[in-house]
Amino acid sequence: MKIAVCIKQVPDSWAEKKMVGGLLDRANVDAVLNDLDEYAVEEALRIAEAHGGNEEGGANSVTVISMGPERATEAVRKALSMGANDAILISDAVLVGADAVVTAEVLANVILKGEFDIVICGTESTDARMSVVPAMMSEKLGCAQLTFASKVSVDPAAKKVSITRVTEAGVDEVHGEFPCVVSVVEKINEPRYPSFKGIMAAKKKVIDIRDFASTGAQFTKSWSAVIDAAPRPPRATGVVVTDDGTAGQKLVDFLSEKKLI
Amino acid sequence: MSTVLILADFAGEKATKSTVEIATAGAVIGEVTALVLAPVGKGAAYAASINQGPVTKVLVIESDDFAKHGVAACADALAYVIGQSAPSAVLVVSNAFGKEVAGRVAMKLKIGIITDAVDVAADCTATQLVFGGSTTVHSKVNEGTAIITVRPNTITANFAPATPLIENITVPISDGSKKATITSSQPPVKGGRPELTEADIVVSGGRGTNGDFASVEAFADSLGAAVGASRAATDAGWYPHSHQVGQTGKTVSPQLYVACGISGAIQHRAGMQTSKNIVVVNKDPEAPLFELADFGVVGDLFAVLPPATEGVKALKA
Ligand SMILES: Cc1cc2nc3c(=O)[nH]c(=O)nc-3n(C[C@H](O)[C@H](O)[C@H](O)COP(=O)(O)OP(=O)(O)OC[C@H]3O[C@@H](n4cnc5c(N)ncnc54)[C@H](O)[C@@H]3O)c2cc1C
Ligand SMILES: Nc1ncnc2c1ncn2[C@@H]1O[C@H](COP(=O)(O)O)[C@@H](O)[C@H]1O
Repeated sequence: MKIAVCIKQVPDSWAEKKMVGGLLDRANVDAVLNDLDEYAVEEALRIAEAHGGNEEGGANSVTVISMGPERATEAVRKALSMGANDAILISDAVLVGADAVVTAEVLANVILKGEFDIVICGTESTDARMSVVPAMMSEKLGCAQLTFASKVSVDPAAKKVSITRVTEAGVDEVHGEFPCVVSVVEKINEPRYPSFKGIMAAKKKVIDIRDFASTGAQFTKSWSAVIDAAPRPPRATGVVVTDDGTAGQKLVDFLSEKKLI
Repeated sequence: MSTVLILADFAGEKATKSTVEIATAGAVIGEVTALVLAPVGKGAAYAASINQGPVTKVLVIESDDFAKHGVAACADALAYVIGQSAPSAVLVVSNAFGKEVAGRVAMKLKIGIITDAVDVAADCTATQLVFGGSTTVHSKVNEGTAIITVRPNTITANFAPATPLIENITVPISDGSKKATITSSQPPVKGGRPELTEADIVVSGGRGTNGDFASVEAFADSLGAAVGASRAATDAGWYPHSHQVGQTGKTVSPQLYVACGISGAIQHRAGMQTSKNIVVVNKDPEAPLFELADFGVVGDLFAVLPPATEGVKALKA
């Protein structure tokens, strides 16, 4: 099987984030591999390992695909050190400020050329928080959308993939065939830490850096744009009481003053 | 007058409160048509539940492909209707299903998408709260129809009775949208309590409950509230995952959020930071969630919640 994992480099969740000129200021914050994408890398490796492994010359390969600045090689390297085989990074000045439609168009074109059987994504990037890119790629590729999976089973001989989809609408069993786009929820597995051996091996692995033109994607125009961004006024400091046996009643008084009861 | 298309959201055969909210948001822009995607034979029942909010017309499409092929088939139908009616905006509820449908439609029609709006202006400018609610952003789709997903519980719904015109249509579902097949569906288990994302009050418990949610539930019930949980509590199996609040759980914006025995990790805050009032009960005065508290109690939740529950009951009696 040829498995692709889509990963994004994002600002550290804990970092203070700022908008500069309608775009997220990515230059001045620590950047990390989107933690929800670690589950996608882990699941890709587990699927490969369950069906003959992904060693050199093995039955499967796991390719990391990312679109982002050249600096995203750090996040890509982390996925490689977990055990992915190789990587493609699409990095181009024309893609700065790309919206979700452009991102999905570019990634889908790369996926199409790579003839992957299964594409695995996280459910959301912790900076954009849109949860739309996997669905959009599946639309563009005209293949099965198997998203929000808490369980994935693959039958390589029959080229079939089944998932358990978990969303606020309930739990569904969903089936599709190769090629398909899967996204995995964070309950699905426990991502491995890169081993020392993995980190050393990753240094030698190839990251194929491509420009926009080579992808064959048709457009870079973003349809949506930020008009303005402003920090919200900080929440007014509240009252904090230490319980001396009366805090329960004080809490009720607060709720009643605020007309919340 | 410009028209706005909303994709009606259902729980079973009933339109949800979120449907009335997006209709209310849409009416600021233009005349609202609600699209109803229903199983064969159920169109009339689904449509009849759209009896509140500023909706002038209901378009009903019946097809068993919606339940069988899910998001992709629904996106096909929505895209077809947008193509026929060219509305100035399309509003969808911001949940996993709504966002994915919106995403596919945006990709198919090459139109702009904005997710998680908390408000929409007459010129279709959307307000979003980003970075865990610390920053307000205004965004706009530059040209053509805008597809906007609206976060539940952020728009004050206009529940005025509605008697919309009902029209049935049929649409083709493409083969490309039938590639995934759903063989079984279990709706979420409904307790007696309000739905988390729709509730006016949410009381949540975390690791501090040590697995005992009884006092959290009792306090919630005294307030008529929904019960939420931190990931520490759902991971431990103390409470169902469907009640998890946070980045990988649900995003809630109630009038009142009460966090009991929850420290306030960034991932938890991401799901509750936009609540209008926040109450924190935690025995550690250094717990980061106190930074957000309008009212905080440093104390043991097992000592604080029972008298508070009695106090609320006494007040309501
Ligand atoms: C990819 C990813 C996604 C995540 N998504 C989510 C998410 O969606 N939602 C979420 O909540 N978390 C999420 N997390 C986990 C998050 O980082 C925290 O680990 C989690 O929120 C902690 O839960 P907690 O506050 O209940 O537990 P803790 O951090 O252990 O805090 C327990 C608190 O209870 C207090 N306490 C203990 N006993 C009592 C008592 N008797 N009375 C009062 N107070 C008491 C303690 O002082 C402490 O502050 C995610 C993490 C990752 C990596
Ligand atoms: N720039 C990107 N490069 C690679 N993968 C991405 C990118 N953006 C989003 N993805 C994938 O799509 C998922 C959902 O992202 P989003 O729709 O932005 O919330 C992520 O978890 C990634 O797997």
